[in-house]
Formats: sequence, structure tokens, C-alpha cells
Amino acid sequence: MFEANKYETVVGLEVHVELHTKSKIFCGCSTSFGAPPNTHTCPICLGHPGVLPVLNKQAVEYAMKAAMALNCTVADVSKFDRKNYFYPDSPKAYQISQYDQPIGENGYIDIEVNGQTKRIGITRLHLEEDAGKLSHVDGGYASLVDFNRVGTPLVEIVSEPDIRTPEEAKAYLEKLRAIMLYCDVSDVKMEEGSMRCDANISLRPYGQEKFGIRAELKNMNSFRGVVRGLEYEQMRQADILDGGGVVVQETRRFDDTQGKTFSMRGKEEAHDYRYFPDPDLVVMHIDAEWKERVRASIPELPGARKARYTSDYGLPAYDAEVITTSKKLADFFEESLQYTKDAKQVSNWIMGELLGYLNANNLELDDVKITGQGLGEMIGLLEKGTINGKIAKTVFKSMLESGKLPQQIVEEQGLVQISDEGAVKAIVDEIVGANPQSVADFKAGKDKAIGFLVGQVMKASKGKANPALANKLLLERLSQ
Amino acid sequence: MSITLKDVEHVAKLARLELTEQEKEQFTGQLNAILKYAEKLNQLDTEGIEPTSHVLPVTNVMREDENRESVSNETALKNAPDEEDGQFKVPAVLE
Amino acid sequence: MALFDMRLQEVHNKLVGKELTVADLVDASFNRIGQTDEAVRAFLTLNEEGARASAVELDKQLAAGGERGLLFGLPAGLKDNMVTEGLLTTCASQFLRNYDPIYDGTAVKKLKAAQSVLIGKLNMDEFAMGGSNENSSYYPTRNPWNTDYVPGGSSGGSAAAVAAGQVYFSLGSDTGGSIRQPAAYCGVVGLKPTYGLVSRFGLVAFASSLDQIGPITKNVEDSAYVLQAIAGYDHMDSTSANVEIPDYTSALTGDVKGLRIGVPKEYIGQGVDPKVKEAVLAALKVYESLGATWEEVSLPHTEYAVAAYYILASSEASSNLARFDGVRYGVRADNPDNLIDMYRKSRSQGFGAEVKRRIMLGTYALSSGYYDAYYLKAQKVRTLIKQDFDQVFEKFDLIIGPTAPTPAFRIGEQVGDPLTMYLNDIVTIPVSLAGVPAISVPCGFADGLPIGLQIIGKAFDERTVLRAAHAYEQYTDHHQQRPQL
Repeated sequence: MFEANKYETVVGLEVHVELHTKSKIFCGCSTSFGAPPNTHTCPICLGHPGVLPVLNKQAVEYAMKAAMALNCTVADVSKFDRKNYFYPDSPKAYQISQYDQPIGENGYIDIEVNGQTKRIGITRLHLEEDAGKLSHVDGGYASLVDFNRVGTPLVEIVSEPDIRTPEEAKAYLEKLRAIMLYCDVSDVKMEEGSMRCDANISLRPYGQEKFGIRAELKNMNSFRGVVRGLEYEQMRQADILDGGGVVVQETRRFDDTQGKTFSMRGKEEAHDYRYFPDPDLVVMHIDAEWKERVRASIPELPGARKARYTSDYGLPAYDAEVITTSKKLADFFEESLQYTKDAKQVSNWIMGELLGYLNANNLELDDVKITGQGLGEMIGLLEKGTINGKIAKTVFKSMLESGKLPQQIVEEQGLVQISDEGAVKAIVDEIVGANPQSVADFKAGKDKAIGFLVGQVMKASKGKANPALANKLLLERLSQ
Repeated sequence: MSITLKDVEHVAKLARLELTEQEKEQFTGQLNAILKYAEKLNQLDTEGIEPTSHVLPVTNVMREDENRESVSNETALKNAPDEEDGQFKVPAVLE
Repeated sequence: MALFDMRLQEVHNKLVGKELTVADLVDASFNRIGQTDEAVRAFLTLNEEGARASAVELDKQLAAGGERGLLFGLPAGLKDNMVTEGLLTTCASQFLRNYDPIYDGTAVKKLKAAQSVLIGKLNMDEFAMGGSNENSSYYPTRNPWNTDYVPGGSSGGSAAAVAAGQVYFSLGSDTGGSIRQPAAYCGVVGLKPTYGLVSRFGLVAFASSLDQIGPITKNVEDSAYVLQAIAGYDHMDSTSANVEIPDYTSALTGDVKGLRIGVPKEYIGQGVDPKVKEAVLAALKVYESLGATWEEVSLPHTEYAVAAYYILASSEASSNLARFDGVRYGVRADNPDNLIDMYRKSRSQGFGAEVKRRIMLGTYALSSGYYDAYYLKAQKVRTLIKQDFDQVFEKFDLIIGPTAPTPAFRIGEQVGDPLTMYLNDIVTIPVSLAGVPAISVPCGFADGLPIGLQIIGKAFDERTVLRAAHAYEQYTDHHQQRPQL
């Protein structure tokens, strides 16, 4: 049994992120996802005899951008090496990668866990090419290879073994994902494989400095999978250690349906990748001017935005954290604030209605039509009393679906709050006349009855009556 | 340094070559002779000498991120020793 | 004079002067192949149908009049490691015996653009590994001067086809001497350009940091014309040099007055056949008589070049040839037990002994624990070798020596002794490591076999190399000798 006070977990993550360039890293084929097999290939990415790679500049700049956003030092001189191994999804039988001169080194990201900020070191970030895709047929006796994906540019981001719990691992991945989205270098979708994660995990008795023997976990295909895989592995390793055993250093595959990890031992050979500089490519010299140009293209990152939201808008740290997780959401928030000054109100609507709706329907912000302007203007209408809270919910729902501005929705659907005394008074008279029992109850001292009567006024006005006015007029009428 | 029959077997495995016993013996002898000859490089002091991987002082060769036409699925598979459903077919990859 | 003895310029004049048609030239080429190739075996694949179809098309264009480039309609051959769309490209390997390429390499495209007629693909040592053509997995090419002898290699077919008058010119590739040495053995002119001058895109890689395509021709002027057609920056090759291409033929002035020539003592010392040395010294006398000067110089790291070369080239080759795995093209072994078995059987059945030997050597040199001792060390020695050349070129315009220490040897003579075979390249390899241009021109005969003079220039100074080679040719007649076939 894993007991957190007995063993300390040590985790390092290796994350692969596909860069969303138009063309592949070494040829002009499209990188788009979902095409029929082997239709986005050419002699170069199929590894035909005689072909040569030519580096995609955008891929380099995306990698630089990602490295900078992760606080890495960007190399002055960087180069590509060949990583030699045979596998059917690797057409040249070597992967063009970076061995000893990666684009970025020595970075970090700050994560939030239980209200605490923790810094996770990043050892390196390097650029490489993706492999093709294998699927299995003939009852597992044969495999099919689709090379559409081969050559998609990837960055591999290797963390220091600074992560101590599965929750920290998840927070690290979420932060990493947010930063990649902010930089606009990748779609970072774990389900589509544009973000992939392997983990090294070991346990050591509390207080011991030396790391325990680690296992490498593969095939965790979602954030939840990473957490479950690490949790399972913590337990497994703790059981071994409790029993006086020794953890085997090996690669283990996480099985999502069983929630367990399985040894891949014996199924893969000892690797000797025989790295050497790729003689088909030339060295990159990244000068200060180039670095500056790329740095200037990096937008404000989540950490900085979060700080600004708490200091400038007075948002609670939790709200600021949630809103800045996604750049699109944060941009939405800021757009709203061009139309209203009430940041807390905007945040409440985002955290409540908007995220509630998106989560319940498993949607992304892009999937709904509401704009920041719409939300901002709607809050303005609330402030002015043009609509009430009840109408606002209707308007909000309508904005999600139609993207129309609130003024238009209010007009089209006749949703303006009725604040005219005469009009509300007429409804009040009608309700008082129709509910003698409640009127009697009120007069007998049952204050609760007023709530029922206000509710009836609202209902009769289809929610449009100004509730405060209705309350006031009712009280006046009943005290007559 | 001397290369043994076992080294030859290991290297053959890395290089995905299947050697006959005779080839193994022969390569052990020949590779030893070549590597022994290569030992003469150690007579040279190369302390502080930069390695040359390229004779041309060319750096930063890159292309713009533009799409070029891919080949058809039929062309991609034209030389395939085995294929199925528009894909290359191989004996199972062990997982 | 027989048709196949003419210079490119002469044939061109006859074509545009309507004394000849392209069809005549193509017929003559295939006739000559018919008469001689049973003995020489220079070709692996003939493009007879394609060549005759182009002849018809080109003759139509010719009849329509207008400007025609110099290579228009001229029959040419390509070493079989240059990828040709729709025309078998085997690299003389069993592994690629059915490989039907889906694209054209850049040099091939350039020859097509120049409207030269491709006659066929030429024999070579398998994957360009070897110096005798005995490593072709199909059959060895024979030396047209004496068919008991090797034509040299690895571009043996390219040199033999030109020497035998089967094509007007051919392209070869040179990694450690593979254009120059067979040119020397076959008595023709072979030029290895500066690394990066001719695109490698579509040249099946042997050792990427050394491979270079170049022309094999009957004389220096033809060499200049062919180089003009194939040289130039290519955005498909990251190692292609972005330099302006000068006019090469205008360099052929015949004037070498004042040229300073360095003659490395290491190139004419121990191990060099006395007849070869004598021919080289005689050539230097010619230069003296033309107003050039020469003196002995030293390239002190010459003796380390072969060792450094075999480590570097084999290491690169071990990786470059890994793609021949039987998944996407090539010959897959029958009935493999599993994936790894498929790889091992396909590769072992598909590759010959020399290829396996170099893959083994290169894999070993790159493997864990040996990288620094072999690969990195060899790269550093490469730096020293390049510095040798830089130093000599500070004071001299050209370096001259033999192309090979001996004339051609008998077929079978050196088989089974790879190290001795490797040492044949002792005077071509340092030039390849330094990446500078060099040409081999005929400079005499020993026992009826040609001897080659190697003229080495500064990087991208092909003009001076061609000028000196051409001037020499004007005052000698070795290049006009033809084998009796």
C-alpha cells in the first residue's frame, strides 16, 4: 500500500508536443490530421533512396518560442543528429532529432497545487520528427503502416525529476498545455496525439536523498490517464518495497481499460541509438537578433496574466487561475471588460454559466458562439436595469447558440424588464385579486406569503417585471 | 581494442544483419584488421582540434513553411512488397 | 573519325547543321553497345524504348529550328545510384533489383532539361562501395583496354561506357575517388567537383558528407560542358552551395603561364608504381614547358586519410543504408518468422559482402562507447587533413599528383583483401575529405593500361582545374588513344 508519509514519489515527465506548422519538418507534405492513409506523403518523408531533408524554418521558430515560454536558455548553436533504430513507422530507420545541442535548456514552469506555487525544472527542449502510425490486423499477426504523420515537427520537453505527486504531474501538464496554447505553437490535443506524455517514476523512503529505481511509463493518453498510471505505479512500487523487493528498471505500458501498468520487458531490445550529427543538415546559428524577433512574438503568458488579473481587477487568485488556464478564455474575459468595468461579475458568469455549460456538454469555447462583447454588454444591461438576472440567463443561453448581441436578443424576444410603475401595478392588482388566501395569510402575519405573490407577478409578466418594483408595489398595495 | 566474435554478433544485431558462421568469422578477422589499421589515428594529437562534419561553412539552411504536392496513395505504395487498405503491410510489431 | 570519337561540340555542330539526327546518334549508341557491351558489361539497364522515343521528339524540335543547348540530343549514361523516375535504379544491389523510382534526382532533371538522351543505367560497385566494380551484385564491368582488368570503381560502368564509346558522356559519383580512379583506369576524364557544387538530391547516399556527382567524358572541354549543365544551387539539398556558377568553358584558354603547382611528396613516394611516377613527372615537364612552375610540397596527414575515411564513410553508410528494410520498397525476404526476422533476412539476402562489411564497421564505430574513439577522432583528423590543403593552397594554385598509385589490376586479384583494396584510394581520399575539386586526365600508359594525372584545385575553383587539365591535353595525345574493342 502506498502511504504518502512513508515513501516520497519522484516523477520526471517527457512530453512530446506536435507543432502545428502547415508542412512537415523536412518536406512540403501537409501535417493535417485525419486524411486517408498514405496520402500526405512524398519520396522524402517515405524515406526513398536519394532524398534529402530541408528544415522548415517555422518549426524552428515554434520550438524557439516554446523554449522561451518555458524559460529555457535558447542555444546559440544547435544541430540535428540521427537517432538510429529499426521500426516500421520510421522510414529512414533513423529519426532526425537533437542529441547534445538542443534548441532549449534549463527552463522551468511554475505550477499551483493546493494553493501553493511550485517550480518544476525543465532539463531540455529539442526539435525532432514524428513517426508514422501503426495499426494491427490479421489477429495481431501483421501491422499496417500509415506515413501521413511521419515528419510532423515535434518538440520533446523533458522535466527535471521535481514532480512529487500525480496531482503535480497533472498540474504540470495542464500548465504546459496552457503555455503551448498561449504561444500558439500547437493544438496540444492528447486525444489526437498532438500532446503525448511518458513518465519516469520512482519511490524513495522519506528523507532519503538517493533516487529509487525508476520505471518508465508509456501509453498514457489523457491527463486522467497520467494521474491513474502514476497512482497505480506508486502503489505497485510501494508494495514491492514494502515486501522487501527491488523495483526493476524497465518500460511499462499503461492499460487504460484495466487502469494498470504492464511490463514491456522482453518485448523491446536494449537500445543503442548510435547518435551522430546528421550530415544531410547544417548547423543552426541562432543569433541575438533572431532570438529577439521570436521573443517579441510571444504573447503575455498565463503566469503574468494571472498576476495582472488579481492586482488590476482584484479577482480572487482561484478565479484568475481558472480563467488564465486557456488563452482563449482569458482573451474572452478581457474582451468582456471592454464593455463593462465589473470584472468580478464577468468572472462569475464565466466560472458559473459559461464553464458550467461547456463542461456539461463537453464543448470548447470555440464551439459556442458567445463573444466577450456579448457578455460585457449583457452585464451592462443588468447594471442599467434593462434586464434582470432571470432575463440575463435567457439572454446568455441565446448568446451561446446564436452569437447575437444582448440588445438584439432583448429586442427580438421582447425581454426588456418592465420597470414602468403603471404596468407592474396592473399586474400586482390582478395577482392580489386572484389570490385572496395569500393576501389573508400575509395580513395574518405570514411574511412568507409575499414571496409567493412576487413569484406570481414575475410569472404573469413572463419574468420581465422588475422584481424590486414588484415587491415594493405589492407591499404598498397590501398595506392599503 | 580488439573485436571479438561476440562483438560481431552484437553489431550484426544492431544493424539487422543475419550472418552465417563463416561470415561472422570472416568479419571478425577483417574488422580487426581494419580497426587495427585505424588505430594509427591515435598517433595524432587532436587535443583542441574541432571536428569537421561539413567542409562547407554553411549554416541556417531552411525553407519556408509551404506545402508542396504529396504523391498519390498509389504512387506511395508502388514499390511496396506488401500492402493492404492503402497501407504498407509488415509482420506484426510486438507490443 | 568515328562518330563516337567526336567532341561534344563537334557532334552538336553536326546536329544543328542537320548533318545528323538525334536518331542517328541514339542508333549509333545502341549499336556500339551491341558490339562492345558483351565484353565490357558497362550497362545494367538500357533505356532503349525511352531513348528512341525522345529521339523522335527531339528530331521534331530540331527540324523546327531554333537555338539548341550543347547537350541537346546527346546520348548519355548514368551511374545506377542516380534515381530516375520510372527507370529501374538498383545501385547494383540485389536489394533494389525491382526498385522503380517515383521521382527524378536533381542532376537527372538537369540533364533532362538540357535535353540529353538517357541511354541507360551504368554498372557500379554495390551502393558505390568499392574500387573495382567487382562488388556489383550483377556482374563486374571490365576494363575496355584489357577486359581481364578491372575498370576501377565505384563508377566503373560510367568510365568504361565512355572509354568504349557507348555514350558521349556519363555521370558518376565520387565519395573517396569513385569518379577519378575509374577514369584513370579507363583512360578518360573524370571530374569530382567541390563538395556542394552539384546537388546530391536523388543520389542514393553512401557517405553524405563526401558524396559528389561529377561528369566522366573523353576530354576536358566536354567535362566543362557537362559540369555547366549539372552544377548549381538546389533548394532540395541543404548541403548545396549557394554560389554563383561561372562559365567553365571560357576558362579553357590553353594558358597556364605563371600557375604555381604543388606536388605532394606523399603522393609520389612509397607504394607508387614507378611507371605512374614517371608519367606524372613527365606531365609536370609539360607544365614547365608551358610556363607554369612546380615544387615539392607536403600534405603531412596523408597517411591518416584512409583510416579516417573508412571510419567516417562507413559510419554514415551504416545509417544511410538502414532505410533498406523491406517495408516500403526493395526486395523483402520470403516467409519471415516475424518483423525482426524480416529485417535481418531481407537485408542479409539483399546486400553483398562489402556492403555488409562497411555497415558492420560503421555500426561498430558509432556504437555506445566507441563514438569518441572512432567517429569523433576521425572527424578531427579530417580537420587536420583539410588544413594540410588550406596551407598548400596559400602558396599554390593547384596540387598535382597521380590519381591512383598503380594502373588497373586484374579482376579477382585483390578480392578478399579489403584493406589492400582500400589503400588504392590513398591519393584520392584526402581530396574527398578536404571537399576540394579534382580531375583525372589520361597521362600515359603502362603495359597498355592507362595512367591518370590528378589535378586538385581550391574549393569552387573548378575553372583553374579545368584550365590546367585542358592546357595539358592540348600538348599531349593520351586522351585521343582509344581501346581496341
